[in-house]
Amino acid sequence: MSSIAEATIDEICVVACAEAFRGDGEILCNPIGTVPIVGGRLARATFEPDLVYTDTVAVLPANNFPVGDPDAPKVVESWVPYRTVFDIVWSGKRHVLMGASQIDQWGNQNIAAIGDFRQPKAQLLGLRGAPGNLVNHTTSYWVPNHSTRSFVASVDVVSGPGYDRMRALGSPSNRFHEVRRVVSNLGVFDFQTDDNRMRIASLHPGVTVEQVVEATAFELADTDEVAETRLPSEEELHLIREVLDPGGARKAEFR
Amino acid sequence: MWAGSQERAIVAAMVDKRMTEDEVVSELKDGMTIGIGGWGSRRKPMSLVRAILRSDLKDLTVVAYGGPDIGLLCAAGKVRRAVYGFVSLDSIPLEPHFRQARQSGAIEFTELDEGAFYLGLLAASHRVPFYPTRAGLGSDMLTMNPELRTVTSPYDDGEELVAIPAFKLDAALIHMNRADAAGNGQFLGPDLYFDDLFAMAADKTYLSTEKIVPTESLLDEGSVHTLRIQRIFTDGVVEAPRGAHFTECPPDYGRDEAFQREYAATARDPEAWEAFRATYLEAPSHADYLKALEARS
Repeated sequence: MSSIAEATIDEICVVACAEAFRGDGEILCNPIGTVPIVGGRLARATFEPDLVYTDTVAVLPANNFPVGDPDAPKVVESWVPYRTVFDIVWSGKRHVLMGASQIDQWGNQNIAAIGDFRQPKAQLLGLRGAPGNLVNHTTSYWVPNHSTRSFVASVDVVSGPGYDRMRALGSPSNRFHEVRRVVSNLGVFDFQTDDNRMRIASLHPGVTVEQVVEATAFELADTDEVAETRLPSEEELHLIREVLDPGGARKAEFR
Repeated sequence: MWAGSQERAIVAAMVDKRMTEDEVVSELKDGMTIGIGGWGSRRKPMSLVRAILRSDLKDLTVVAYGGPDIGLLCAAGKVRRAVYGFVSLDSIPLEPHFRQARQSGAIEFTELDEGAFYLGLLAASHRVPFYPTRAGLGSDMLTMNPELRTVTSPYDDGEELVAIPAFKLDAALIHMNRADAAGNGQFLGPDLYFDDLFAMAADKTYLSTEKIVPTESLLDEGSVHTLRIQRIFTDGVVEAPRGAHFTECPPDYGRDEAFQREYAATARDPEAWEAFRATYLEAPSHADYLKALEARS
């Protein structure tokens, strides 16, 4: 399987993002960022055909089409302006895979600001939709630059609440909360532990536990026997390279 | 089915609400809460925003799915408080002038979940004090906005929810692809965003448009579903071709990315900001702004 040996880190991350949507069925697959978008479209083109996904403007396209090409032909199956996106968020029929400037061991995510929010050192995007996403439907994260600056002991602002916050909130407010997985350039992480602390689910080929521990400012669970992240199949490599991202836009997120 | 261009109906005389950008601004006052339609760097009423920039207005509370509208008003020192879910230029994710205002502490701010923001507009539109939502529970939205309250369901479930207060607006500014002189507005692009709610949430709504058309021509370019701003909610109509520039206004035009990059770069360079301001923001009218744009190429 020579082509599998040739899979590069961006392609491995695309597949790890696609895997976040496995089992989701007929819901809105809403990845944000290039690697997540290619991953979401890959999931839909392969093992999760019932997903619907957005063109990131205002429609749901029913066909496979490349990222970064506004003129790509689309088979439109529905209209989803922003107002409808919020309606879908609140309905729960959505799984968002979004970025995190900071994330902690409970899955608390920050995309709002670095420093004190009252007068931040760096104003980032703002809360955006993170507060509503987390309490209404499944969420996953993509962090292309795994380091102690992104995997932090404590986030400066909680945009998307993690498991400790939701435990404190209790039932019934926490009933729709799920942080499914965190994909970074080093591995895949989830919260399948007794107390929902982040653990290593798998590491990408060539990445060591020591390397990840070094790049993470909190203690990760399950560092003993670590699996390797699944490699892309030949079909997946073909779809990524020839159909979904022929221009290689996904590679720009690794810097 | 509808009387369109092929089969003209007789249209009763309607009120004529046409006015200029400067006439709109003359109706605004210091300290007002002003909503601005559009989304990020998309279909923003930029000719009206520039009219505010060249006025003496100050201490404004600006409520928007923010883009260069909030950025420019911050850079010009017009903003006391910004109310937003995000402020972004889309193709440039972080709005540099807004960032500077936040990082220097120059403005007060109300930062909300962007879906919760929709409910604040909806509550004001429907004249109820709040709409409940789960959004905000567990996050720092409540920490950042200590004035926000929760409400307990009066039904058996007893669920606690966040009560998003009505965003009462003194005025709203929106930009439409087409409108008639009476203030019926039409969007021809893929998304209305929340412009109808801005119009309903405000005491006074001023609508700028690419082109004023006769009422009987409103269905010439779009279906009945595109007629989403009703004149009962509008108070002034400004004809402003390319009035959303440099934000996008499809299908009439896309975003002027080169111009937006130039605008964004001025945040790092006071001299560039001065030049940008003198050339584009001090243009005494929208027509002069369009001339300055022509001179660019």
